[in-house]
Amino acid sequence: MAWLDTRLLTVLTFFPLAWGVVGLMLPSGKDGKAVKAWSLVGTLLTFWISWILLGKFNGGTADFQFTENLPWIPGLGINYNLGVDGLSIWLIMLTTFLMPIVVLGAFTAVEERVKEFFFLLLALETGMLGAFVTLDAFLFYVFWEFMLIPMYFLIGIWGGKDRIYAAMKFFIYTMVGSLLMLVALFYLMHQHQLQFGSYSAAITDLYKLKLAGDGWFSVQGLLFLAFALAFAIKVPLFPLHTWLPDAHVQAPTAGSVVLAGVLLKMGGYGFLRFAFPLFPQAVAQYQMVFMALGAIAIVYGAWVAMVQPDIKKLVAYSSVSHMGYVVIGLFSLNTVGVTGSIYQMLNHGISTGALFLLVGMIYERRHTREISDFGGITKVMPLFAVAFLIVTLSSVALPGTNGFIGEFLILLGTWKTSQWTAVVAGTGVIFGAVYMLWMFQRVMFGPLKNPENEKLKDLSLREALVLLPLLVMAVWMGIKPNLFFNKMDASVAAFLERSVVKSAANDQAPSAPSQKAAPVPGASAKSKTSKI
Amino acid sequence: MLKLIPLFPLLGFLVNGLWYALIQSRPGAKKAGSTVTGGLASLAILGSFIVSVKVFLQLRGMPEASRVIEETLFSWIQVGDLNVPMTLRVDVLSTLFTMVISGVGFLIHVYSIGYMSHDETPGKFFTYLNLFCFAMLMLVMGANLPILFLGWEGVGLCSYLLIGYWYTDDEKASAGKKAFIVNRIGDLGFLLGMFLIFTTFQTLDFVEIRAAFSNSPTGVLPAGVTFETLSAIGLLLFVGCMGKSAQIPLYVWLPDAMAGPTPVSALIHAATMVTSGIYLVARLNFLYSLAPTASVVVAGVGAFTAFMAATIAITQRDIKKVLAYSTVSQLGYMFLACGVGGYVAGVFHVITHAFFKALMFLGAGSVIHGMHEEQDIMKMGGLRSKMPQTFLVFLIGWLAISGLPPFSGFFSKDEILWLSFASMKGSKVLWAMGAMTAVMTAFYMSRLFFLTFMGKPRTHEAEHAHESPFVMTGPLWVLAILSAIGGFMGIPPVISEVFGAHDINWLAHWLNPVVPHHVELNPGTTHAMEWALMGLSVLGALVGIFVAKGLYRDLAKAESLKQKFAGVHNILTNKWYVDALYDAVIVRPLVNFSKFLWRGFDVLVIDGFVNGLGRLSAWTGNAARVMQTGSVQTYAIMALLGLLITVGYLVYGLA
Repeated sequence: MAWLDTRLLTVLTFFPLAWGVVGLMLPSGKDGKAVKAWSLVGTLLTFWISWILLGKFNGGTADFQFTENLPWIPGLGINYNLGVDGLSIWLIMLTTFLMPIVVLGAFTAVEERVKEFFFLLLALETGMLGAFVTLDAFLFYVFWEFMLIPMYFLIGIWGGKDRIYAAMKFFIYTMVGSLLMLVALFYLMHQHQLQFGSYSAAITDLYKLKLAGDGWFSVQGLLFLAFALAFAIKVPLFPLHTWLPDAHVQAPTAGSVVLAGVLLKMGGYGFLRFAFPLFPQAVAQYQMVFMALGAIAIVYGAWVAMVQPDIKKLVAYSSVSHMGYVVIGLFSLNTVGVTGSIYQMLNHGISTGALFLLVGMIYERRHTREISDFGGITKVMPLFAVAFLIVTLSSVALPGTNGFIGEFLILLGTWKTSQWTAVVAGTGVIFGAVYMLWMFQRVMFGPLKNPENEKLKDLSLREALVLLPLLVMAVWMGIKPNLFFNKMDASVAAFLERSVVKSAANDQAPSAPSQKAAPVPGASAKSKTSKI
Repeated sequence: MLKLIPLFPLLGFLVNGLWYALIQSRPGAKKAGSTVTGGLASLAILGSFIVSVKVFLQLRGMPEASRVIEETLFSWIQVGDLNVPMTLRVDVLSTLFTMVISGVGFLIHVYSIGYMSHDETPGKFFTYLNLFCFAMLMLVMGANLPILFLGWEGVGLCSYLLIGYWYTDDEKASAGKKAFIVNRIGDLGFLLGMFLIFTTFQTLDFVEIRAAFSNSPTGVLPAGVTFETLSAIGLLLFVGCMGKSAQIPLYVWLPDAMAGPTPVSALIHAATMVTSGIYLVARLNFLYSLAPTASVVVAGVGAFTAFMAATIAITQRDIKKVLAYSTVSQLGYMFLACGVGGYVAGVFHVITHAFFKALMFLGAGSVIHGMHEEQDIMKMGGLRSKMPQTFLVFLIGWLAISGLPPFSGFFSKDEILWLSFASMKGSKVLWAMGAMTAVMTAFYMSRLFFLTFMGKPRTHEAEHAHESPFVMTGPLWVLAILSAIGGFMGIPPVISEVFGAHDINWLAHWLNPVVPHHVELNPGTTHAMEWALMGLSVLGALVGIFVAKGLYRDLAKAESLKQKFAGVHNILTNKWYVDALYDAVIVRPLVNFSKFLWRGFDVLVIDGFVNGLGRLSAWTGNAARVMQTGSVQTYAIMALLGLLITVGYLVYGLA
């Protein structure tokens, strides 16, 4: 199986798509049972392949591993170039972990065009994995855009009443951002030609570019803004978030879970892989702007979530709030904050994914998501209540759950960089409890006054199986975060090396140490990981 | 061995919890009774108590300076320069807390078997109760601040779940939510305080933080640390204490928390959880004693809370509400002690209060049980003969909290009052507030006692009240004995000298390695003064008792007094209008503003802009479409025009 080692990422990435294509040829049969089972097996196998990857992944190095490199458009230096490091490994695992859950969760929800639905889910998985494993900026762009298509159809075909508006809004919002990113990318490839004599779209090559970085609208500043716009829309960062509530509310449950669970992480990952290491000086320049926006997103998202009458919209706005933490953690530019951010991305995938699944489960039963239609559900759905409670606690970052580790590290990292941002962002700890517990009370507690709710059935075995892995992870990640950090530490250190030291050394490439490159004392550059 | 202490209740939680959630909660499934589930939970916590005592004995056998046992379970969080191992540590301070938590906890578990016998879901109740004990034990055994915080929020969760235990009642569910959210406000302060500690000392471990002080180059402050930083840390952490230990302005959740079952009020909202704040301050005494501003605030807030809560307690009619405000008031005492430097006195009062307040809550529970869920003391009366056991134990609790010698409350409260007067950080004002509170305490407790047990039954329920079973009265007697004699662990020298013993204050000596008992006193304080103040406070207590006795023997007289001071009475029954104020100033404006943000900003401004862009491009497209008419003549004219412009430009433009 030696070829597998050298082609592991290709296999992992394209396996779901290939499996899905075969699935299209299966007989539809009665309510598409065969296709559902086929897709579940496919996502489970993908998860198994990613386990092999994780098992062989070496956390001790920041180098890219399992690299593959084949020429694609040699004249422009565009290659089929893949690899993973500690920044992407857990996001890959998150994707492959969530997909079987999403597929199993959608068994009863989808009744029409079953085949197409599951095919699109599998195609989407390939798109997401591709974006995480690629080391070529152009290829990244291709995967980035490729993801939009299945999601567009998932919302537009299987969505709710206003699905067309929501799908268009989602599509156009994202496109606007990514087109500017494409222009910026061409500029970078061109710069590589000017500085090194050949075109290249390889990320590692682009890291070496020297770009003027002084001032708000320097070359770095403008390029950074172009990239940051694409990523900030995806995160989504206030005030670019308004596509999210619409998309979530209209999307089918499976779409919402993938959207919140993985697609939003593309934004954070983009910052990690591109915007920060490419434009360190611009990052330093814009640091406080983004920290402020992140802190506003936390509070704003929480406040607006609080007054939503629709549970799904509430969860959508809670995402805006939670992803605000990710942004301030990244821009804190220290080990603790950045590690916390990456961890928070995983947490958010788990807890918000679970929340959307839970909302979907009661929606399937009652065909409403209005909070006021519920009340006292605990009485008739005790097991559902337990699951909902655990997820709620994870969402409000109770110690002992994953959410706490993420928020604690992010706030501590932020505190080191900007105490006031930490204070403002910290109020999210309070408001998070307000909107979640208030919603929980109105749905689960109180008298069971709506007669339509009296006959609600508790979780089925399938639903319990869907939720169980998420609940286990929510607690496990709160108790043993080090298992995750171990594989990230080296890459986070290297990331900070690129994104911080370089800016202190005034536009010198890290490979060519500069004479005037005295690291600024007290800058967060000191926070290299001290691994034992 | 240490890990066994929290492990037992954790296992109890898992067994009872899985059993309940997976089997008993199924529709149509038979629910297990309180005997089995409660018996299991009680055994778990009994295990903790036995191990706690063994650990205590082990510590006692060690030389004084090295009385610490530590156990690292695994590495919890390690990122960059942050290293948080999951380490349990029991020293002279935490061993007392583990014994009180598991000991009093065990008694309350046993009591609950009887109290919850008619409940529909005892399995769920004992699941939560065990989880609480686990979290509470982690809180006091954690070797660093994050573990303490794990317990801190864990007990908050259990408090939330148990206050809203009867969740079908919306008011009870709201009370639980309120408790959690108000505590979260405090927790933000705790978090920020923790961050400031980390950036100041580069560690979150208690021993290591303390080492920074003992290794200090100046002998006072660690290198690079200022008094201002210490005060900021002290104040931020104290915000956390205000939430958890119900101090002004965050005390509002505790009275509402009485919505939970009475054993919960006894265990969580009197004996253990609410004293976490005092534990934290006592644990960090070395820091607080160098943070003068923080100490002043702690003492001031404590004294004012003690005073204000006592005034409210006077007018409450609900037996549990009286006890709740009394708890707030007593917690204020404990902070007053810590604020003036009397950390040992604060811990002392934590312990005695755990005995007598748990006793009174459980006694009240016994009364409520016997009165068929009636909680209004105006509808009671004459229970002395109906519930003789409860009456007797309540009598002891009443004497203890009123501060009459030789009951436990006398010793601890008197030490606090003395230090608030005599300590360098104390003052006459603090003492006066404390002393007035003492008088009021004796008064409202006597009111409660007389209205409940003395006189004649005032209602049918009171007439037919019945005594509780032994499973409930048994624990009451144990607590009654502890309330009676618990004070002897901290006899002040001024008293023991009379009997010829120089210094037999066991508690102060025991705690000394971690919590120094030495308090800097004002120059010129004498034993005579101490005796005088002691006499004064006993006298005050007696006055409070006799006024209450006179007043509430004849309800008509009390009624006329109430009429006379209707204004004051109104303010007090409405709890100084604090809840209403918070609602009007914070809660409603926030909700309205959020609605405005959503509909006004999100939908109108941002989406208005976004959709406007969409419309703009649609409009541009439409406008451009006009040009494409399909008529050949139009195109020909266009082409001609274009040609003319180009030629014109080439001919004249370039020239």
